[in-house]
Amino acid sequence: MAIDIDTARKVAKLARIRVEEADLPKLAGQLSGILGFMEELNEVDVTGVEPMTSVTPMRLKRRADVVTDGNIQAQVLKNAPDAREGFFAVPKVVE
Amino acid sequence: MSANSWTIAAARDALRKGEISAVDLTMSCLTAIDAGDGLNAFVHKTPEIALEQARAADVRIAAGDAPAMCGIPLGIKDLFCTKGVPSQAASNILKGFRPEYESTVTTRLFGAGAVMLGKLNMDEFAMGSSNETSAYGNAVNPWQRKGSNVQLTPGGSSGGSAAAVAADLCLAATGTDTGGSIRQPAAFTGIVGIKPTYGRVSRWGIVAFASSLDQAGPMTKSVRDAAIMLQAMAGHDPKDSTSADIPVPDFEAALTGDIRGKVIGIPKEYRMDGMPAEIEALWARGVEMLKDAGAEVRDISLPHTKYALPAYYVIAPAEASSNLARYDGVRYGHRAKLAQGDGITEMYEKTRAEGFGPEVQRRVMVGTYVLSAGFYDAYYNRARKVRALIKRDFELVFAEGVDAILTPATPSAAFGLGEMADADPVKMYLNDVFTVTVNLAGLPGISVPVGLDAQGLPLGLQLIGRPWEEAALLNYAHVLESRAGFVAKAEKWW
Repeated sequence: MAIDIDTARKVAKLARIRVEEADLPKLAGQLSGILGFMEELNEVDVTGVEPMTSVTPMRLKRRADVVTDGNIQAQVLKNAPDAREGFFAVPKVVE
Repeated sequence: MSANSWTIAAARDALRKGEISAVDLTMSCLTAIDAGDGLNAFVHKTPEIALEQARAADVRIAAGDAPAMCGIPLGIKDLFCTKGVPSQAASNILKGFRPEYESTVTTRLFGAGAVMLGKLNMDEFAMGSSNETSAYGNAVNPWQRKGSNVQLTPGGSSGGSAAAVAADLCLAATGTDTGGSIRQPAAFTGIVGIKPTYGRVSRWGIVAFASSLDQAGPMTKSVRDAAIMLQAMAGHDPKDSTSADIPVPDFEAALTGDIRGKVIGIPKEYRMDGMPAEIEALWARGVEMLKDAGAEVRDISLPHTKYALPAYYVIAPAEASSNLARYDGVRYGHRAKLAQGDGITEMYEKTRAEGFGPEVQRRVMVGTYVLSAGFYDAYYNRARKVRALIKRDFELVFAEGVDAILTPATPSAAFGLGEMADADPVKMYLNDVFTVTVNLAGLPGISVPVGLDAQGLPLGLQLIGRPWEEAALLNYAHVLESRAGFVAKAEKWW
């Protein structure tokens, strides 16, 4: 399926990646090419096939429902671009 | 032969006999690394850590407590989180990130006494087949075509690992493989690389690309070294819920060289249109070598092979778009400078536009699209169904008694850096055509150097094993390696 410029703009928005208007046609073209390649999957008869959900058949292990770490606020915040008073700081979220 | 060019096995034996110290061995690598800057393989050097670890290794060896990896100098792919050391997945979005924790793989290796020389170049977030998407600039293949000084790609995404091992900057390196990122660069540089069964090696602390496909493994100068190093990396880890709680066999002990009566499958679907005659001839030689060693070679069919690449390029970007959502400029890494009045959405959008390179942006957007309402079934669910069929193809041939499968590792030898710059992104994806099925099916696969092409570049063959049978797979690879007798090295130009 060909991706038009509006769809490319929408995908960029959903992915939270800023794309300049001037770059949208090229992006739309590349996405169309990649999705065109995926169209080959339509040749496959998948009737009655369950989508693969786990790579190896195994039951996920459960662990005891107990606290295993904590009290590492300084470590958690260590790499933050902007941390203040023990919190991650971000621009205004609501008006 | 200076010590940096040794295999792990040779260095282990020399260290235990006291013929060399871990410090001297490490120094020989550090010297080679400094002389190898032209390869752009090591992007963060850690000589202080290396020497400290080497001194500790010497103490252990002197005390008689020396696991096989004790004192062995390694390069670590930048995708592995290493405590206090830059770990940025070759992306600008993780610039300056110094993890507060250590990945399980590096914890295990260091626990066994291994030495970290530094972090290795790679494609950004492991997305690429030529190392050209790296924020550090590309690594360079130590190999060049006969009579040419054109710089070639070491492959990707573990290109820095491959270049560093092939150029003897380290004894071995860690790699990761989501669609061929260990095996393709290993083939392009004449070294050995194994992607273990999904779940054999913990993914904890490795920057995630596509979680159902990612698997770490060793990149080494010999099959024996791959066995030794995989031994130290593998094993159950409660911190990775997909890591398998099953015993890890003694891989090195499995290298008996006896493969008599074993059945090796040759899949007809891997004989692609337009495959270079040299690759075809190499494959035929591999068949002869295994036959000569007493294996039974059988033609097999894996009918859904053709659909592996398109299925991969739905599933991997879908998982990537979800995994990479965490890079939002809040908790770590890069945050864009904001303009007056910018809110949180602008912060996300500008941060991710500045931080991610073009290929990563493309894949995140493809993944976002195939997961979006209205397309989820048409693309993502269909791809997961095709994935189930690809896995079933392998299960059927294994059930019919096939022990392992022999294929080419790559559709060509290493190509020139920049040669694919104007190509369609899909053309670059074709590099993974022989390797990607293995990730989709969760199987172990190993690339072994077998010969040189007419231009003097290394070519590899791939062996694919049954799940959890890395030990047997390494033994087949060992036989192939011994019969091929590949000893060529890149001529030093750097």
